[in-house]
Amino acid sequence: MDLRWSRAEEAFRAEARAWLEANVPRDLPPVHTPEGFAAHVAWERLLHAARWGVVAWPERYGGRDATLWEWLIFEEEYYRADGPPRITQNGIFLLAPTLFEFGTAAQQDKYLPRMSAAQDLWCQGWSEPGAGSDLAAVRSTAVRDEARGGWLLSGQKTWTTRGGFCTHLFGLFRTDPAAERHRGLTYFLVPLDTPGVTVRCFPRLDGDEEFAEVFFDSAFVPDEDILGGLNDGWRVAMSTTGSERGLTLRSPGRFLRSADRLLELYRERPERSLRDQVVQAWIDAQAYQMFTLRQVTAIAEGAKPGAESSLNKLFWSELDLRLHETALALLGQDGELDGAWSRGFLFSLAGPIYAGTNEIQRNVVAERLLGLPRKLGGHAFRAERDGGRAARRGGRTAGRRGNAGRGPSRLA
Amino acid sequence: MAELLDAEVTPDVVRAGWPEGDPALVGDAWRKLAAVGVTGTLVPEDLGGLGLDENSLVPMLAEIGRSGLPVPAAETIAVAAPLLAGGHLPGVLDGDTLVTAQLGDSDLVPFGQQAALVVLRDGGALRLFPRDALVLEPCVTTDGSRGTARLVSRPEARDGMVLTDDPAEVDGAWQRGVLGTSALLIGLADRMLTLTVGYVGQREQFGRPIGSFQAIKHALADALVGVEFARPMLLAAAWAQSQRSDEATARTSRAQTSVAKVLASDAARLVARTAIQCHGAIAYTTEYDLHLYAKQAWALIPAWGGPAWHRARVAEFLGASDD
Repeated sequence: MDLRWSRAEEAFRAEARAWLEANVPRDLPPVHTPEGFAAHVAWERLLHAARWGVVAWPERYGGRDATLWEWLIFEEEYYRADGPPRITQNGIFLLAPTLFEFGTAAQQDKYLPRMSAAQDLWCQGWSEPGAGSDLAAVRSTAVRDEARGGWLLSGQKTWTTRGGFCTHLFGLFRTDPAAERHRGLTYFLVPLDTPGVTVRCFPRLDGDEEFAEVFFDSAFVPDEDILGGLNDGWRVAMSTTGSERGLTLRSPGRFLRSADRLLELYRERPERSLRDQVVQAWIDAQAYQMFTLRQVTAIAEGAKPGAESSLNKLFWSELDLRLHETALALLGQDGELDGAWSRGFLFSLAGPIYAGTNEIQRNVVAERLLGLPRKLGGHAFRAERDGGRAARRGGRTAGRRGNAGRGPSRLA
Repeated sequence: MAELLDAEVTPDVVRAGWPEGDPALVGDAWRKLAAVGVTGTLVPEDLGGLGLDENSLVPMLAEIGRSGLPVPAAETIAVAAPLLAGGHLPGVLDGDTLVTAQLGDSDLVPFGQQAALVVLRDGGALRLFPRDALVLEPCVTTDGSRGTARLVSRPEARDGMVLTDDPAEVDGAWQRGVLGTSALLIGLADRMLTLTVGYVGQREQFGRPIGSFQAIKHALADALVGVEFARPMLLAAAWAQSQRSDEATARTSRAQTSVAKVLASDAARLVARTAIQCHGAIAYTTEYDLHLYAKQAWALIPAWGGPAWHRARVAEFLGASDD
């Protein structure tokens, strides 16, 4: 391990820090108000104009061709400067990696520049009333319209964050109702002003009127707005969820900053019985940073994060919740007042739910990283069952002889 | 290294470290490790060592921890060997001589029943004592392979040889002991997790492997999170140790090392508890191997400063201390 930053990286950090210190706006009104929305869009356009919006993208799409390390540095500096929430995040962090991987050149040219310039704002159309953790139960359909060369979308999406003011949605629709659950889904890119699309906003627990449900009634989408192959949507979507769970959505800078704020709060209001929790939050933020640095190293060497992103998601979401609970405990009675910590606490409650509930993440970790048996019943177990019989025949000491071997390579 | 350990350190060898076991089996395995240079990891090449730095400690000691070989691995490899010179060094490099250490406030000396040499802190110095010069009383311990002895009285300084009285070197030795112990803990956690994953994939109840139940999956997933988020921090602490050059870098390195010990200790404790629960009753017989590793972990968690002690050090580092 070498944790030194290069001279170029230090220069990048200095440039980012100076620009952010000079330009980060203070106290923007909440995103869900018209003036707040306008202010956040204006901020995104300022970022874009200075080419700080999407540093890791190619220059022709508004980026700086920055390395992943430089991206991490930018994120650290962004949170250090208390930069506003990124209303472009579902586009730039979730859809864009998928567009880079699966999009045609025409799709990339059409969508990426407008996305980075905050001209298009994207929301995610995964969940439905009957398809949450069980995402493959998606029932919204896309029916072929041969005459117009496209598809007619019908159904309902929900829990769509910022759906109320986004301009576009990326989502999964069932194109082959006869196919098995995960097959027969297709990934569509849909402008929300398409005739037949209706958006209804509804409030959230943290007070932001940011959720929306999106209704589709034979909304037409042309063939060229399919991302990836027809009926290949599950695979394409899983690439997005990898980004969503992993470091592109929640970089360590965010938690390093929160941990520092928690320390500041502790110094202002020391409460000895809470000291270890405060220190532990800081320790965990360091652990998350080191984990992601190692992950970035692996990605730079050609690895794909895959199921490992579920580890990220479990760790950062639980850390964020503990961190805010500790802050509220330090605040004592003042914790009931509306403020950054109480709002942050409410938002942290959503962390273990969005981007795939932590129960689903634990299943992914257990099955794909630890190699535990996957299905409930059926022949998937036959192999294990035979192994189990052999172990039982050996009696109690079978374990002693049998368990000296190495487990899944993951643990090695 | 992993292959050598798998071949040489079977659970029977770990059991050989327990009372009534055959300690020669442990000694043989240790000599085989020494033969590939393990004990000389941090010893300069011109003295017969590998001449590596702290960055090599973590993977090396994690592997030894995973094997469960009952030896003072952190004390010998990470703490003592790089401070030794002259007459004592060849025996350590060959694996014939075990060195243990107690640099903290406790009078318990791990492996004090077996190690031929003991490093103790004496004021600002580290002194090396032959075991025979010390009054050591064997202790009964939870981990029967630990060989702990109690130092009944502080030894006469003149019976020991000063290894160093340079504060930076004493501090470095302490940090390496903490880090080495953290790595052993991660290795032990890894072993317990592997055992458990293997077991729950085979053990059937209600007509299916218990590892297919979410209650088991979720518990083991959380255990893996603990291990995977500790490991990079250990590497980072090792790197910080290798970069120590002045008080500022030493201070950072101390804090990172404390962070690593907190994470490794908590991960190992969680894994041990989860492993036992997921096994069920079979974890509760000493005929099954799990307890060998769990008991080693429970001894190492409080060794070289427990997690609460190291959190307090991190609090000092952060200016959040009121002690």
